[in-house]
Amino acid sequence: MQNLRLNINGDSVEVGAPSHWTLCEVLRYRLGLTGTKQGCDKGDCGACTVLIDGRPVLSCIHLAALAEDKEVTTIEGLRPLHQAAGGEGCDPVQDSFDRCGALQCGFCQSGMILSAKALLDEVPVPTEEDARAALSGNLCRCTGYTQIFQAIERAACERAGLEPTKPAWAPESSEHEA
Amino acid sequence: MLRLPEFTLTRPESLDAALALLKEHGDAALPIAGGTDLVPNMKHGLFEPKMVVSLADVPELHGVEETADGGLRIGAMTTLASLAVHESVQRYPVLAQAASLIAGPQLREVGTLGGNVMLDTRCQWYNQTYFWRKALGYCLKKDGTECHVVKGGKKCVAAASNDTAPALMSLGAVLELAGPEGAREVTIDEFYVADGIVNRDVRQGELLVAVRIPAPAAGHRSAYGKLRTRGSIDFPLLGVACSFDLDAAGVIANADLVVTALQARPTRARKAIALLEGADTSGEGFEAVIAAVAAAARKQCHPLPNIPGDHEYRREMVPVYVTRTLRAALDEGGPVHHI
Ligand SMILES: Cc1cc2nc3c(=O)[nH]c(=O)nc-3n(C[C@H](O)[C@H](O)[C@H](O)COP(=O)(O)OP(=O)(O)OC[C@H]3O[C@@H](n4cnc5c(N)ncnc54)[C@H](O)[C@@H]3O)c2cc1C
Ligand code: SF4
Ligand code: FES
Ligand code: FES
Repeated sequence: MQNLRLNINGDSVEVGAPSHWTLCEVLRYRLGLTGTKQGCDKGDCGACTVLIDGRPVLSCIHLAALAEDKEVTTIEGLRPLHQAAGGEGCDPVQDSFDRCGALQCGFCQSGMILSAKALLDEVPVPTEEDARAALSGNLCRCTGYTQIFQAIERAACERAGLEPTKPAWAPESSEHEA
Repeated sequence: MLRLPEFTLTRPESLDAALALLKEHGDAALPIAGGTDLVPNMKHGLFEPKMVVSLADVPELHGVEETADGGLRIGAMTTLASLAVHESVQRYPVLAQAASLIAGPQLREVGTLGGNVMLDTRCQWYNQTYFWRKALGYCLKKDGTECHVVKGGKKCVAAASNDTAPALMSLGAVLELAGPEGAREVTIDEFYVADGIVNRDVRQGELLVAVRIPAPAAGHRSAYGKLRTRGSIDFPLLGVACSFDLDAAGVIANADLVVTALQARPTRARKAIALLEGADTSGEGFEAVIAAVAAAARKQCHPLPNIPGDHEYRREMVPVYVTRTLRAALDEGGPVHHI
């Protein structure tokens, strides 16, 4: 057992965990942050994606101790971090996924949103090709991905004041918005 | 859920300290770079070190610099993501392209060049959980006595699956290693051996410090081609690295063609290379040269049923990928990749 000092979603936390625990295990089974999903647990599916210093990383094969001294962002952190930065409601990427209905079972969604967030923080207006490349490490067994790419385009366009090219059937607002 | 075996993690802050730890703990210690190969392998019970030595804080392994002779020296801890986009690496398209196609985006963020050069060989009978392997009676490479790929075979033929290996071979790279007996250098050609259990000439307690690549010639052309099931995440079913120099008249010199994911060692397609050498790419006969090169590569390359993907299909893809990769190198395009 060792004491890990981690920075998670803007908070520094001290948590006891064995050296051989992964970041995914510490997040879920020590800190109760179960928004990070444990899918394949061996680097294949992207469900466990978190951001480390803003870059998408697979927490199921990342030793927790190697995340010390870094900033870890999980899905739980997006809304509070957005609000701490002066924003309202959810992070715009979350909001866009919601409005585009970019999920079915939702298991892949935390990872999808975090990979999308990393892309949008790096490339202000990504092309569809950029989005496909950036999300190519996240598998979804349900949606067929269409609404996911639509959500990314929509988030990017809204931020840049551009008109999205994707079909307009997505509702302008959803009842979940409040 | 796949749990890791128990181990202690150490974080040495210098090369000497890392080497001292590896020396002191011998077989019981393993280095970890990005962990994208080692962690899944430990989860499958393929390695059970008592100590894992993180190379993250070892400054000597970090950094990319141009050498005095115009070549490049790449620290072992350079991530694949940064390698793929590094400005100086673009002078060697085959390497930048190979790095850009490894695994998926999250894995390239943490996976390193050193870990890739040192990648364990892969086999569908080996990269499985402990439970799965136990049910099968294990295999020669780990815990067992039989090879399931070559029945009665006494040698493991698990596939070299690291995409940078053929690229670095085609560029004539040299590896800088440091170990308990001091530093040594070895060409990457001599480093890989045809033994699937450990296909690297790496000695106990040794670390890869950096990879050096000679300066590219003025007319350097190169490209990487990769066949895999999906457009991302998957290991290669076939990898083709092609590199040569083109003179002002369009004649090829210093040709190299290395094919991987066949057997334990990447294969240099010697007959194909001999046909390429001196070929005039501007002449009408060049189409026939390409066809002959592709046929010669197919003749020499024998994928085995070691990794997923039908081996006869993989063999038929050898001439296809050799042709496309050669053309891409010539046109300064690539990588060759479906989807
Ligand atoms: C789903 C998935 C898909 C993948 N697809 C591909 C692919 O398409 N192509 C591909 O090539 N790889 C692939 N990989 C494997 C891996 O991500 C990469 O090969 C990566 O480059 C490994 O680097 P690492 O730093 O993570 O290595 P680690 O896992 O840290 O180390 C790998 C091995 O090298 C040793 N090692 C590491 N650094 C050093 C050093 N400096 N000196 C001595 N020994 C060292 C370790 O002890 C270990 O045995 C994939 C992995 C996963 C999980
Ligand atoms: S090639 Fe044979 S010995 Fe080697 S890993 Fe596969 S089954 Fe095992
Ligand atoms: S749970 Fe980590 S990649 Fe699947
Ligand atoms: S919504 Fe079910 S896996 Fe993506």
